[in-house]
Amino acid sequence: MAMSAAEIETAIRAALPDADVKITDLAGDGDHYAAMVISSAFKGKTRVQQHKMVYDALSGRMGGQLHALQLQTSVKD
Amino acid sequence: MSQTPARDQIAKDIAENDVMLYMKGTPVFPQCGFSAAVVHVLSELGVKFKSADVLKDPELRQGIKEFSNWPTIPQLYVKGEFVGGCDIVKEMFESGELDTFLKDKGIKLENVE
Repeated sequence: MAMSAAEIETAIRAALPDADVKITDLAGDGDHYAAMVISSAFKGKTRVQQHKMVYDALSGRMGGQLHALQLQTSVKD
Repeated sequence: MSQTPARDQIAKDIAENDVMLYMKGTPVFPQCGFSAAVVHVLSELGVKFKSADVLKDPELRQGIKEFSNWPTIPQLYVKGEFVGGCDIVKEMFESGELDTFLKDKGIKLENVE
């Protein structure tokens, strides 16, 4: 049921095409990842809104299929 | 959207408690590393908070995810406003932003400066 780092990256890029995405598999178990996402789409958005955009990109898998995604977002200039 | 008992309870909790944390486990015995991290941040700042254990109540666990359309737990609310989950709270803490945010909201911090 776990997601691969490549699947996560693909899903995020599909929603945020300009994004720089860096995924780290924290535990090596395909279930605990850290993601760094940098996109110009985040401009003017609060952190909560930015994180929601990434969660939306993962369309419902966050919190279910994907147990843990440590997320950091920032705005691309 | 229809009102559910869990939704009513959440609305009441966040209205009555200036700092309200939805977490897995309790502040003394957190059942998840992410919940533990937020408890640690709040303790570090000396913030008094109320918590609810979503593991004890499946309706609350589902309800809180729908309430702010946020898929994960923990969730921190200050004066009724959703602040974020573990990553956001930690990032704000590390940058000193959380301290300022809480002070601006009139929340008393009891840490020794």
